[in-house]
Formats: sequence, C-alpha cells, structure tokens
Amino acid sequence: MFNKGSELMELCNEKNAKIYEIVIEKEHITSGLSYDEIRNKMKETLEVMKTSATSALDKDIISVSGLTGGNSKKVQDYKNTHKTLSGPFINSAMAKAFSTSEVNGSMGKICASPTAGASGIVPSALLAAQEKLDLSDEMLINALFTAAGIGEIVAKNATVAGAEGGCQAECGVAAAMAAGAIVEMAGGTPNQALDAAGFALTNIMGLVCDPIAGLVEYPCNLRNASGVVNALISADLALAEVQALIPFDEVVEAMYKVGKSLPESLRETAQGGLADTPTGRELAKKVID
Amino acid sequence: MKEYSAFDILGPIMIGPSSSHTAGAARLGKIASEIAGTGFYKVEFYLHGSFAKTYKGHGTDKALVAGILGFDPSDERLRDSFDIAKDHNIRYEFIESDLGYLHPNSVKIVFKYRDKDDFYVLGSSIGGGSIIIDNINGDQVEFTGSYPTIILKYPDEKGVISIISSLLANAEINIATMRVTREGNIATMICELDSQIDEETINEISKLKNLAYVRFINTKRS
Repeated sequence: MFNKGSELMELCNEKNAKIYEIVIEKEHITSGLSYDEIRNKMKETLEVMKTSATSALDKDIISVSGLTGGNSKKVQDYKNTHKTLSGPFINSAMAKAFSTSEVNGSMGKICASPTAGASGIVPSALLAAQEKLDLSDEMLINALFTAAGIGEIVAKNATVAGAEGGCQAECGVAAAMAAGAIVEMAGGTPNQALDAAGFALTNIMGLVCDPIAGLVEYPCNLRNASGVVNALISADLALAEVQALIPFDEVVEAMYKVGKSLPESLRETAQGGLADTPTGRELAKKVID
Repeated sequence: MKEYSAFDILGPIMIGPSSSHTAGAARLGKIASEIAGTGFYKVEFYLHGSFAKTYKGHGTDKALVAGILGFDPSDERLRDSFDIAKDHNIRYEFIESDLGYLHPNSVKIVFKYRDKDDFYVLGSSIGGGSIIIDNINGDQVEFTGSYPTIILKYPDEKGVISIISSLLANAEINIATMRVTREGNIATMICELDSQIDEETINEISKLKNLAYVRFINTKRS
C-alpha cells in the first residue's frame, strides 16, 4: 500500500508495474472485489464521464441558477468554424470540460473527480487524449485508476476541498490527476506520470476559490476549461523529459501550505475574489432571492 | 491515515452541482425517510448554516425532496423531485433556521403523519457526499448510513445486547460498530454491520419483546 508518491514509485519499480496496476491491486485487496468487478465499476464511471463531457457540445445547457451555461457549445462551434489560436485539439478539450461543468450546474449526472466543481477536467483530458492517441476504452479505464491513485495521495497528505485549500486543491488536483493519467496512456513511465502531476499542481499554485453566490459555476466553469489545458501541457512537459526539480510529495505539501495560508475569504466562502466584486455581489443577490 | 478507495477519489457518481449540498442532501433525505418509515403526508426541512444560505442554487431543496422519495444521489429524477412529490401527494416546506452548534451543512427533517406523531431525523452532510445522522426524535445518535444499520429502542434490561449479537452471529453477519445509549430506562442501540441483513434475521429481531422501536437500513455496501 502507499501513502506518498515516493512509496507508490517504490512499488512501481519493485513490481515493474504501472501506477494503475498498483492502484487496481490495492482496490482488490481492500474492497474484496474481483479484478473484473473493479474494472466494470470504473467502466460505469467512464460512461458517466463520456455522457457529461459531450452532452453540452451541441445544445445549450443552462444552470439551475441561470448564472451560467451555453459556453461548451460556443467553444465547440468556434472550433468548428474558425481557425483558432490554440487549435482544434485544445479547443475540443476545453469544450468538453465546459460540458461536464455545465451538466453539473444544471443538476445533471456527473462523477465528482475529485470534486463536483472540478469534475470537468479529468473526463475532458482523457477523452481528448483518447481521440488524439487513438486509445481504447480499456486504456481509459486504466488511466482513471492512475488518476485516482494520484488523487488519493493528495487527499491523504493535503486536501481536495476548495474550502480547505482554495481552487488549486480542486481544479489543480484534477489537472494533476489527469496529467499523470495521460502520461501513462501515452506510454510514459510512472515517474514521468508523477512529474506531470507535480507540474500541473505547480502551474496552478495559489489559485483561489471564489465562486459567485457560493455556487460552483463561475469562475469554476472557466477553470475547468483552463484546467484541462494545464493537464495536457503538463503531460507533454513530462513526456518531453522535462525534469521536476521538486519531488511530487513536496509539491503536494507546498500546495497544502499555500492553501492553508490563503485567507478564508478566498476559500469557497464567496467572501472574496470575483465573488466580492460589485457585479459578483449583485449576481449573488439575484440568485439568492 | 484514512484509506481511500479509487471510487472515493473518482466519485461519487451524482447529480450536480455539489457533493455536499446536493449528493449529501439526497442521502440525508433518503436515510431519514428509511428511519422514519413510510406514510407521511408532509415533510418540513429545517435548514441550518450553509444549507440555509445556498440551498436554492445548489438544488439542496430538490435533493432533499428526492431523498425522502427514496431516490439515490445519482438518480436523474432528482431534478424533477418537486413535481414527483406533488404526484405522490406529499407536501414539503423549507424553513431557514438556526439549529445550534452543528455542522454548517445540517438539516432537521420532520415527517408528519395523519395517524401518528411527528417523527424527526437530524443529520449533517460532511463532505464528498458522506453524511452523519446526529439525532432521531431527540435521541443523540451517530452513524453514517453507509453500512447496513439496525436501530433499536427498548426498555433497558440485561441481555438484549447478547441476544442481538448472537442472532447476528447465527446469521453470519459481522458487527462493524455497536453503540448503546441510555436515557432513563430506555436504551437506544445503533448497530452497523458489514453485510446486509436477511429477511429471517429482520423477523427474528422484530419479534423481540417490548421493543419500542426497530428499524433496518439495509444499505448495500459499495
């Protein structure tokens, strides 16, 4: 079993295994479920993710509060009709991240990954990588176990709650999980996967959690879209063999400390950041009345 | 260090937008209605703390109503729970209130019956869709509803614990936790189990003498 990234790497090296293999093995031992049952359960998760990541691409899905919605389709249409600056791959990934985020806001079905507010990043990153690298669903299921293993280390040693650690703990960790998963899918080593996860966290360190009216919609939707891009570039950095100077475990610890030192007003209380702008306060009044 | 399942990190599969305000609320409603029992015509939700402040935007109201209708946090009917409750002639009311020193995401759920006294369950949504039941009709309790659970209330006398534990042992059901509290000469037992309770054991326990109250929450362990 593993608590730290370093312990996970030791296990991978000892058994000459990928991260997902260690995570599945652990799940088998602790839950008592068979390997098939465990994989089938993750298949259900993947199906939920696929639906949530695609259902807002071609129709406007508006949140219950009425604050947000329709951006997934906007980005998708833009990608289809324009020569975009960041290109079709990145735009497609962003549209999918918006999609899950919008499905969430409209009280549709999603998988918290690791939270509901950040639930767009892991699905969009994995599906984008699947399209690009022409991977099977079986490999996506493996990738989800890799993502879960990385998320578990953060949950154990730091936090995945915006109220505790700011948005870096939600969208940041989601991006870290996705980055690590993609590296393994693309044929990278467990070490590279963990480096990618560290890069993603590093790139987003200090990100505040300031949802308008306390609802995980705005700026959360935008940060899901930027989070998936963070995950993709972090994966590329690791696959390019860019070395992490600071080991993953220490990045996680630093992320936790940064989160703790953020004032409470910037940790999901809707008391600071965008939530505390004149327009933010005005919108909050509208939603609450 | 708490041990996590991969499905704790990638999960729960739920109706959005918030695991604590929506998924947790649906679970609170569902477990509360299983404890209270069917037949209620109206339910009052006393919303505390953050639940009181943001329940509309987070769909906490719809999730709570979905829960008392028996829907799971991943049930897509959750969005339409108000209409479904109306179809079932179940009335509901939300009352913003201060329930005292409690977790910020707490709710007191009062079930109203035509032929018997009101019944209430108080619980908190503690994050990630997990919940704790804090109080049943004034009895302090503490259980999560994630295990199959037996709730018993009986005149305090010797031997009840051993009867229950041997009935469970005979059925090869392992006890995960057991907590007994007493007020005056009435004892309340909350017994969490590792596996579901079979029909025969439910009947055996229900047949015990002098029980003031018995409920079985047969949660399937995920």
